[in-house]
Amino acid sequence: MSPSNYLLLSALLFTIGAVGVLVRRNAIVVFMCIELMLNAVNLSLVTFARIHGALDGQVMAFFVMVVAAAEVVVGLAIIMSIFRTRRTASVDDANLLKY
Amino acid sequence: MIDSLAAAELPEVLPAAGTASLAWLLLALPAFGALVLFVAGRRADRWGHLLGVLTVVAAFVVGLLIFLETTGLDAGQRTRELSLYRWIDVGGLNVDFGLRIDPLSLTFVLLITGVGALIHIYSVGYMSHDPGRRRFFAQLNLFVAAMLVLVLGNNFVMLYLGWEGVGLASYLLIGFYQDRPSAATAAKKAFLMNRVGDVGLALAIFLIWLNLGTLQYSQVFANIGKVGPGTIVAITVLLLLGACGKSGQFPLQAWLPDAMEGPTPVSALIHAATMVTAGVYLIARTHPIYDLTETGRLIVAIIGAITLMIGAIIGCAYDDIKKVLAYSTVSQIGYMILAVGLGPVGYALGIAHLLAHGFFKAGLFLGAGSVMHAMDDNVDMRRYGGLARHMPITFVTFGLGYLALIGFPFLSGYFTKDAIIEAAFARPGWEGWVFGLAATVAAGLTAFYMTRLMFMTFFGEKRWEHLETRDGGHYHPHESPASMTVPMIVLAVGSVFAGFLLTQGHVLANWLTPSLGELQEAPSSTLAPAAVTTLVLVSAALGVLIAYLAVGRRPTPVERPAHVSFPVQAARRDLYANAINEAVIATPGTWLSRFLVYLDNRGVDGLVNGTAALLGGSSGRLRRLQTGFVRSYALTMLGGAVLVVAALLAVRFVA
Amino acid sequence: MPDVISTGEAVTFWILGPIALLGALGMVFARNAVHSALFLVLTMLSLGALYMAQQAPFLGFVQIIVYTGAVMMLFLFVLMLVGRDSSDSVVEVLRGQRLAGLVFGIGFAVLLVGALGNALAGVPSTGLAANDAGSGGNVTGIGKLIFTQYLFAFELTSALLITAALGAMVLAYAQSTGRLGKIGQRATVEKRLRGEHARVSPLPGPGVFATANSVAVPALLPDGSIAPESLSAIIDATPVEEGESTPADAHALTGRTGKDELS
Repeated sequence: MSPSNYLLLSALLFTIGAVGVLVRRNAIVVFMCIELMLNAVNLSLVTFARIHGALDGQVMAFFVMVVAAAEVVVGLAIIMSIFRTRRTASVDDANLLKY
Repeated sequence: MIDSLAAAELPEVLPAAGTASLAWLLLALPAFGALVLFVAGRRADRWGHLLGVLTVVAAFVVGLLIFLETTGLDAGQRTRELSLYRWIDVGGLNVDFGLRIDPLSLTFVLLITGVGALIHIYSVGYMSHDPGRRRFFAQLNLFVAAMLVLVLGNNFVMLYLGWEGVGLASYLLIGFYQDRPSAATAAKKAFLMNRVGDVGLALAIFLIWLNLGTLQYSQVFANIGKVGPGTIVAITVLLLLGACGKSGQFPLQAWLPDAMEGPTPVSALIHAATMVTAGVYLIARTHPIYDLTETGRLIVAIIGAITLMIGAIIGCAYDDIKKVLAYSTVSQIGYMILAVGLGPVGYALGIAHLLAHGFFKAGLFLGAGSVMHAMDDNVDMRRYGGLARHMPITFVTFGLGYLALIGFPFLSGYFTKDAIIEAAFARPGWEGWVFGLAATVAAGLTAFYMTRLMFMTFFGEKRWEHLETRDGGHYHPHESPASMTVPMIVLAVGSVFAGFLLTQGHVLANWLTPSLGELQEAPSSTLAPAAVTTLVLVSAALGVLIAYLAVGRRPTPVERPAHVSFPVQAARRDLYANAINEAVIATPGTWLSRFLVYLDNRGVDGLVNGTAALLGGSSGRLRRLQTGFVRSYALTMLGGAVLVVAALLAVRFVA
Repeated sequence: MPDVISTGEAVTFWILGPIALLGALGMVFARNAVHSALFLVLTMLSLGALYMAQQAPFLGFVQIIVYTGAVMMLFLFVLMLVGRDSSDSVVEVLRGQRLAGLVFGIGFAVLLVGALGNALAGVPSTGLAANDAGSGGNVTGIGKLIFTQYLFAFELTSALLITAALGAMVLAYAQSTGRLGKIGQRATVEKRLRGEHARVSPLPGPGVFATANSVAVPALLPDGSIAPESLSAIIDATPVEEGESTPADAHALTGRTGKDELS
């Protein structure tokens, strides 16, 4: 077993998150899949920090978390306001940019 | 076989002085008239015809003065050139805009302006009811100007300029009646067939320039001996092609009868006396080139012989008075071409017949116009009959022209046509028999169809008394006004005396020697001259007799008989010339242009429209990518990311 | 000293790793959105434990406290408010989306796994023990890095947080008033009296002015005239006598006649 196992786990989690973004229609669930992708990246950052013996990776992961938090706040506020006006939380209903 | 034409035989060219320096007026006056009448438009309608007549009469006066002055000079001094200005000065091509005033050109000047003036006067009366009269005179003046450029130019480029100019004027005048589609078609046909001939002339000019580097007559004729025999033959054949186009010779004769769609004065001036003789002028003018090649002259003579037979045969079958005269013109010009094809023995004879023909054919056409005028513009001879009493002056002048044409003893045609037939018989070997007999038979046929025309028109039962005009009224044949009869009388006088005056004592031949070379006597011929004359007279008399028996004695049916013998059927169909033209050239041409149109529509347009459609279609399909669904966009983003990662890894690990 | 993965860590990994994966898969495939959120919580918790196993205790705690505790709870709140009832239907609207997603996903996974496997085949792991010893522990080390080397990024992210909070407040506040075209009661009355509406008073309820049960019988207004709104467009109206108008009687409202007052 080597630290690269963590990286493989991270890759798999990332892929699952990406597929989830594609197939789920509930806006909040899509958002959560994005969160999953961010978490996967965090895991890989931490692993790299361990591999290289420097804390830079962990600092980066820390910043990722902060930014993710800010993003969640704003994103959910947007989803809420969309829901209030359109009474729907489905991603497919926001298709006005259709040809 | 090159006859050594020493430079000494060519006349010395002097600069023009005295009255001859006014020769530019000959061009300027009709050109000015044409310009004013075209530009002034309807404002000139009241006086336009007078200006038109005035310019040509003035040109005739100038020409006459120059002619009289020239007769006062020695024979060796009669060739003069007047340089007006430097026209084209490009690289190796230096062309002067200059006039060559020598006996040949002066002869033609007198013919063109003289007969032209008479016909202009005639047209004042003939076209008096036509609202387009001013336009008619403008185009007629244009024609005279262009024809004078043609005969007076001192180089091949001016010849070509005049050549094209008369072609244009002919097109305009044939299509003068703009409301008749048949006239428009005939004009187009004339122009296109002329074009074919013009290509030949242009190619000949190119060859001359290519080999000699100059296009001035004096220099070309002086140096023509340096050109190889094959090229000489090519040049002569191409010049002949040009002449065939303009003069309506085989194989380009089909446009001349159709050109009768134009007003009768046009037929008289252009298609009898002047434009159609341009071909004869061309060959006569370039005789130094023809003198060098036996083959070229033989081809010319053959074409002439074929044409004179064709014209005579077809003329027997038509009922349209103008078309009969048109085919007669074709046939007579065939005689002239045959004459100039005979070489130095015949150049002057051809010109003599040209002048005589100009008189009597123009007179015949004017007479036909007078008859048409009287018969409500009807040309069908089957509706005429017995007009002699009603139109005496027309009958007499027409009759004199008729007698001159058939070669009645001591009238014009007798002298000029006989001379040609004699010279034809005088050719050695089979040529003499073939040409001579062809000319004689044609003379007989000429007599036949002209007599038939006379009987159907002026004698016999007055078939028009029981017929109605186009408007439903009756025919009232009457004599024409003086403006029409006076020119006819003048031309009739010319028809009677011109031949005698020109040929007695070789007056014309001597006059033309500086231009055409010495008229050689034909060597002792196969038949004695007296025998030839007798043969021709017998042939003509036979023609007259047969016409009397077939047409004069029997009543002419008003309706054209449908069941006729094969020769008559073939003659009615122009000996299938038009059918052949149609099948061989016109129809494939139409197919080609249709194919090209198809190609253009499908190919070129298809390419352009197809590109546009392609872009439109592909953009139409591409825009379906914008589904508006976020998840589709996310899918494409993931796909792109996969591609990028794959590319990076491929580069890193594989390469 | 090279980094060696102890058996404890290996066991932790092999237990928590699959759990994280299962949580992720569950999140993607769960029909109910709340279930998805809970699966994600599971994944995040296991990841937090894995961070701790990887010599990143600070991050592990931050993951559990902030990420799972705050962010995921926020998600759950919003789910309860908004998305609880909207469960995804099984039918996929976009054609080929699922198949394409699967294909791309598997391809992506293969690529990444292959790449990582190849890249890290012979790379030795250094481990953070030496680093921790040098900088006085994990937290201290992170703190040193944040406040010296990554100070600018730190300031930026704090500004970002403030902006995000403001933005969320604006988005939330802007929605609570000014619903589409909804004005208050007083404003409506003013508009009616000004004549901007079709009638001054709201329409009467059905049957208030009716004189009979039939649709064909028109209703009579208080002044005795026929109410035009009661005339049916389809059926001819039965003629009705316009009754004489009764004068307005204020006592009708109170139910007492004038006589009773005296007694």
